[in-house]
Amino acid sequence: MTPPAEHVHWLFATGFLLLGLCLLARGIVGEDVWCRRAWRAYLWPSLLFGLGVLMWPVMVFFTNSTIHMVAHGAWAQTMMLAGAAELGLLRGKLHHAAWRLAMPFALVVSGTALLVHEQNGWLFSRAAFLHHLLGWSALVGALFPLLAAVRPRSRFAASGLALTLLVIAVMLYSDRDVAPIFGHLSALAGEAHR
Amino acid sequence: MSTQLIFERVAVRPRSARARMVAALGPLTMLGGVAWAFLQPYRLTLLHPHGEGFWWLLVEPPVLAVGVGVAFALLIAPGLIEDLEEP
Repeated sequence: MTPPAEHVHWLFATGFLLLGLCLLARGIVGEDVWCRRAWRAYLWPSLLFGLGVLMWPVMVFFTNSTIHMVAHGAWAQTMMLAGAAELGLLRGKLHHAAWRLAMPFALVVSGTALLVHEQNGWLFSRAAFLHHLLGWSALVGALFPLLAAVRPRSRFAASGLALTLLVIAVMLYSDRDVAPIFGHLSALAGEAHR
Repeated sequence: MSTQLIFERVAVRPRSARARMVAALGPLTMLGGVAWAFLQPYRLTLLHPHGEGFWWLLVEPPVLAVGVGVAFALLIAPGLIEDLEEP
């Protein structure tokens, strides 16, 4: 009764879409206004932490090789770490500014894991293409939370992170198990279905 | 005996640009989902099922995108705009 892998990508895309919208709204209004209601302040770090928790069953039920399993485990751990660090900073349990580096760290690890665990070239299939694109997007997108760690009130950094997550959501929605990319589909990838 | 008539004048303040941007996020997301459904109707398996299983009928990506837009517009944006416009 487990869903096909592409459905799992779409469900995670939905989570990232909501996360991206929350962060974009936070970037627009500023942190002071966003945090005026406690539930709203905790919303996006909780969502990020929750996505990390949900990545564990994905790692258990959907990975078919060691490198695949390690990559999904790394995403689960770093998303939980980033969410928990932001929650700790908000609650006042964590004080050191270095905890703000958890978010860029999560994106760098996630991007690297995406690039390392994709064994095929860019045009092998749509999934392979998206793995490469997601990996590079995460690596470049890590610059925004890195800037936010140095300048926490920067709206440019907050909006940049939000847009990175929205782009990741779009890419995850585009994922299919076996589908061509720009007309290319390796014969080794299998037969495309609708 | 004299009566006084009191007229209340409700001041309508124009929304700030930031409030308008926040208010637009939900509808824009919904619009994106609807546009996607028109561009790729085959992503809505419910419209023309061909013996698909449970997950294919439950997880419809354009509907999920519209759902996120609705949730944001109804649950997050109103309070945020209220707080933004509060002096």
